[in-house]
Amino acid sequence: MKVFRYLAVSVDSIFAHKLRAALTMLGIIIGIAAVLVTVGIGSGAAASITERIESSGTNLLTISAGASRGLSSTSSLTLADADLLADATLFPDIVAVAPQYSSSATVIFGSSEGSYTVVGTTANYATVRNLTVAGGAFLSDAQVAESESVAVIGDTVASDLFGADDPVGQTVRVDDTLFTVIGVLEASGGSGFGSSDSQIYVPLGSAQGRLFNAGRSNGSYAVSSISVQGAGSAVLDALQVQIEQILRLRHRLAAADENDFMIQNQADMLQIASDVSGTLTALLGSIGAVSLIVGGIGIMNIMLVSVTERTSEIGLRRALGAHDGDILLQFLVEALVLCALGGVVGIGLSFAIAQGLALLPAMSYRIVIEPWAVALALAVSTASGFIFGLYPAMRATKLDPIEALRFE
Amino acid sequence: MGKNSAEHAEHADDRDPVITMRDVTKTYQMGAMQVHALRGVSLEIAAGEYVAIVGASGSGKSTLMNIIGLLDWPTSGAYAINGVEVARLSKNRLADLRNREIGFVFQRFHLLPRTTARRQVELPLFYAGVPDRTARRRALDALAQVGLGERVDHRPDELSGGQQQRVAIARALVTQPSILLADEPTGALDSQTGKEVMALFHELNEQGITLIVVTHDLGIASQAQRIITLRDGEIISDAPAARQTSPFLSASTNGQGARPAIPAQEVLA
Repeated sequence: MKVFRYLAVSVDSIFAHKLRAALTMLGIIIGIAAVLVTVGIGSGAAASITERIESSGTNLLTISAGASRGLSSTSSLTLADADLLADATLFPDIVAVAPQYSSSATVIFGSSEGSYTVVGTTANYATVRNLTVAGGAFLSDAQVAESESVAVIGDTVASDLFGADDPVGQTVRVDDTLFTVIGVLEASGGSGFGSSDSQIYVPLGSAQGRLFNAGRSNGSYAVSSISVQGAGSAVLDALQVQIEQILRLRHRLAAADENDFMIQNQADMLQIASDVSGTLTALLGSIGAVSLIVGGIGIMNIMLVSVTERTSEIGLRRALGAHDGDILLQFLVEALVLCALGGVVGIGLSFAIAQGLALLPAMSYRIVIEPWAVALALAVSTASGFIFGLYPAMRATKLDPIEALRFE
Repeated sequence: MGKNSAEHAEHADDRDPVITMRDVTKTYQMGAMQVHALRGVSLEIAAGEYVAIVGASGSGKSTLMNIIGLLDWPTSGAYAINGVEVARLSKNRLADLRNREIGFVFQRFHLLPRTTARRQVELPLFYAGVPDRTARRRALDALAQVGLGERVDHRPDELSGGQQQRVAIARALVTQPSILLADEPTGALDSQTGKEVMALFHELNEQGITLIVVTHDLGIASQAQRIITLRDGEIISDAPAARQTSPFLSASTNGQGARPAIPAQEVLA
């Protein structure tokens, strides 16, 4: 194929003008790197959000006390509700139920103190919420049944209060009540509210009775939320409806009344997260794409200058027997090679930038440059070489060889 | 005009004509003005001839050279190269014919920058579609023929002016054309190097190639077997160099860098 022979000609020409070639490629390099890095940031954020949602447990429904809107009535959800949901004959699709009663409290060890969320819960909370114990053990059924004064602390709490020392076996003071630390959780990597890292877990009864003096409703202790683990992601939607109906009945809500509880579906949250990150990625990608177009116009600009500058070369090639097609192909292949080369360098640069950004302490997630994005970047850069190289190449074929050679 | 046809017939003799021109005219439109660059040129050049085309700036010799070199078309008249009438050929067929039949040598060499001598010489073969390996061998042969067998991997900036012109000559020769068309081939060279290049041309002509040199330079023109003199787009003399009667040449004083006596604007009259 004659086209392949032009590769050698254009590579020769590119190497004969290294600086010009480098400057020409710069636009494409920056464009490709910008697209890949921005899309990579979007993908990375999406992966990080998904990971964080999934790390809080799988196939999870979270029922919280209080209306989704308006003032919350804290005592709407009770332990009796949780016990009902735990009835396997009524809800065969529910694998596990973990009620929680949480509030914030001051925790003191020695001279260190801090304010943390204290969560009273049951032993199966660890499996439902996908918690891993780094040292010691999680709450046992017996400890929960007896409402013992034991606590499992999050990674952040442990490092805040105990530094490098082993907290297991130590006694901490939680709002004037002494608790023995029996376990430390592994760091979950999450941060902010609701992260298990900055929480303390105690038996449900200890939190309700001894610590916070929880209210009662119909003779049953109030809980602040109930975590429900479904049998699979497919049953979550149906389960959500079932639970909503049964709780409305139990709470004696009339048809016009709003729910006095709120159910969060993990599948919904994942969907929302992926929608948001998809939009984010598209937005960032389109900003990058603009820079790619600018880069392409830069290529066209420099190729046009290059055609004018190489007028005599084109005249010579014609004198030596080059057809219109030969001249067209030469300049087109040159633009294509420049853009493809720029694309490859841009891909390399984007990986380097991703590596560099990952070293920044403020960067809480990785930049994920996916294979499809790389393939797309190469395709786009080659296509822009074709689009933006075509016009200069056509201009080159229109040159009059006599003008070009200036015989006299 | 063709008034010299009888005179040059004796050079053409029994050899086949490489170039045949009959009443070739060329008219350019320059704004509202018509410029008659050629006003009816007829000539025949036989295989193996060594011809110099001389004339002042604006005499039409560049236009004649462009037409002979298939870079331009006659406005009227007939032109055949090796018996092939070129008037109705497409742009690409003309390119093929140029590639096969004509080797160009330019005043300013026209070498590609930062490209080795071998690559330069391979270029016409590339356009002829010759396979790489054959092209490489033929390029090396052509470079050896012009005495540059040792410098095939040198780039233009590593070669002297004379060596660069030899590379250009090798490039012109490599397709084994029937005509070597040289435009002021010594114009950018010092006199000693110019002499060497002309000696090389001589040698090549003796080996059988038809040589056409377009020049201002008396010393160069007088080395040819035949001198064609143009003025105002017409051939005013066509004679063997030995019995030269060209008014252009007699008006000049000496060889090296002689300037033409005829003002350029005459052609616009």
